[in-house]
Amino acid sequence: MADERQVIVSVKNLKQYFNIGKPNMVKAVDDVSFDIYKGETFGLVGESGSGKSTTGRSIIRLYNPTDGHIYFNGQDISKIKSHGSKMKEFRREMQMIFQDPYASLNPRMKVKDIIAEGLDVHHLVKNDDERDKRVRELLDMVNLNPEHMTRYPYEFSGGQRQRIGIARALAVDPQFIIADEPISALDVSIQAQVVNLMQDIQKKQGLTYLFIAHDLSMVKYISDRIAVMYRGKIVELADSDEIYNNPLHPYTQSLLSAIPVPDPEIETKRTRIDFDHKRPFEDDQRLQEVLPGHFLYCNDEKAASFKNNK
Amino acid sequence: MEQIPQIPKEKFRLIHDENNKDQEKIGTPSLTYMQDVRRRLFKDKVAVVCLALISIIVVISILAPIIAPHNPNAQQVTMSNLPPKLGNLNIPGMNGYQNMGGHMVDAYKQADAPKGTFYILGTDYLGRDLLSRIIYGTRLSLVVAVLATLVDLLIGVPYGIVSGWKGGKTDTFMQRIVEIVSSIPNLIVVILMMIILKPGLTSIVIAIAITGWVTMARLVRAQTFQLKEQEYILAARTLGEPSMKIATKHLIPNLSSTIIIQTMFTIPNAIFFEAFLSFIGIGIPAPNASLGTLLSDGQKAFRFLPYQMWAPAIILSVIMIATNLLGDGLRDAFDPQSSEN
Ligand SMILES: Nc1ncnc2c1ncn2[C@@H]1O[C@H](COP(=O)(O)OP(=O)(O)O)[C@@H](O)[C@H]1O
Ligand SMILES: [Mg+2]
Repeated sequence: MADERQVIVSVKNLKQYFNIGKPNMVKAVDDVSFDIYKGETFGLVGESGSGKSTTGRSIIRLYNPTDGHIYFNGQDISKIKSHGSKMKEFRREMQMIFQDPYASLNPRMKVKDIIAEGLDVHHLVKNDDERDKRVRELLDMVNLNPEHMTRYPYEFSGGQRQRIGIARALAVDPQFIIADEPISALDVSIQAQVVNLMQDIQKKQGLTYLFIAHDLSMVKYISDRIAVMYRGKIVELADSDEIYNNPLHPYTQSLLSAIPVPDPEIETKRTRIDFDHKRPFEDDQRLQEVLPGHFLYCNDEKAASFKNNK
Repeated sequence: MEQIPQIPKEKFRLIHDENNKDQEKIGTPSLTYMQDVRRRLFKDKVAVVCLALISIIVVISILAPIIAPHNPNAQQVTMSNLPPKLGNLNIPGMNGYQNMGGHMVDAYKQADAPKGTFYILGTDYLGRDLLSRIIYGTRLSLVVAVLATLVDLLIGVPYGIVSGWKGGKTDTFMQRIVEIVSSIPNLIVVILMMIILKPGLTSIVIAIAITGWVTMARLVRAQTFQLKEQEYILAARTLGEPSMKIATKHLIPNLSSTIIIQTMFTIPNAIFFEAFLSFIGIGIPAPNASLGTLLSDGQKAFRFLPYQMWAPAIILSVIMIATNLLGDGLRDAFDPQSSEN
């Protein structure tokens, strides 16, 4: 089934190291491969520091990947030059929504100028009237009052700011949006609002999302497929339901066991599964398809055991 | 388990779901950020007064040749050390009388000054008109201050931004240069300049240009380092904003308080540096006046002829206080959040 769908982003053996050659070298992303299909929401989950943001930022080329390839609509964008015309084109196709609603908007710019930044860079509007009109449309799209476009960010709440950030990303009509923990800084009551908004927009505009989160609780509802990341590697990747019902990697199991359930009966019986963080990855392990559409980071022997069971 | 009290269904009401759609309409006219800055600055009364004071001082300095009543360097030994006198108005302290051995005497009569001669701020030990010297001296000190500020803004700020923005090897290299420059004391540079050039404005300005921008560059670099990791800068990059635009649209407005505060230190520092050099005799050469030379001359006779020091000291203080308060006002004006008072 997966093969019929069109791949929009394909990451192949992506490596992103920092401080190369120095004692404090970090392998933030270490040989990661996955495909994202057009129109889906791809969840990327892992604890803080596991390299999720770095993966997102490499894909959108805020960093120059150390090694590997990133294909966007079939085109290798991992090596295009930072200031070339190819990059400028690419900048319109892929956008990002950030985590911290207080740091993601320039405090010294008006909302309309924040949202219109992409319009200005790519010359998408001819004059000021058209610019204002487009900004109004975008504010309307994210359910904010267009009259507020002359205000400054500090006059808005966290949820409202996050929606301004979404409007800014939408301004250039992207196909693919990386949302880096867009709701983790928000109150629980607002989280659903923002997620619903993102889903509405996805339906209307046919967007594809890479949705990054540090726990599975919200992601499992909104993602079609989920990749679990741990220390720079993807340890498990499968359909959302499959991950939820049939987690294979001990780390995934431990993440799932940490989600509280709003049911006291189950909650009293819930036990946390501990994951042994001291045990490093072994050399003979790699990400492989152990069940249809279900990838697991393991050695060949283990992978074979799944095949035999079937 | 405790029973939760039943709330009748009718009591629930759907709150307008298009949230905020009709939250209070705002009355702020649609101005650009810079127009907003100006509006906020002019709302600040203290800043406006300071701006007016500084403008007056600047205009007087520019028009010095027209406004100064006397030639500032013309000596007239018979008229030396005359106290302030303003026409024939008998204002205490401005009437030409001076305390001599316990008696108030008309110093102008004693000096055989021709009728109608008067010096508003008195004369110095060579009989030069103090008012004219102060006007010319202020002019010179302001030139030094303006040049030092320009060096800060045109060298220090871009240097710091480039160094902080580029990071890595570029930054390391640029910081080595900063360290080398800042390890040379200003005084050494001036003295070395003096070997090549004559003492005077040029060597002072060159000395300030060589060493003055370093502090600004350091502060701006440190701040840029912090800012460039901010998500709004990352957002600008993902939108394809060119680096130059990121610097002018995002970095400089958010660096503005650092820049303004540092400039507020640069201006008095430059004036004092010049004053210090003149004081130790390697600054502005005689007979030219600067606020520094006037203070050092006045200081010598302060016990007996205090007016010679009061006037330049007051002018210097006014310039300092006004620039500082204006700086505060500017800093607030650049911050949108401060308008909420
Ligand atoms: N610019 C950078 N320079 C050096 N190390 C970095 C940089 N960015 C991230 N790292 C390191 O890479 C690892 C992964 O970070 P990150 O991708 O932010 O994790 P996550 O988003 O999953 O919390 C962390 O150990 C972090 O310290
Ligand atoms: Mg992160």
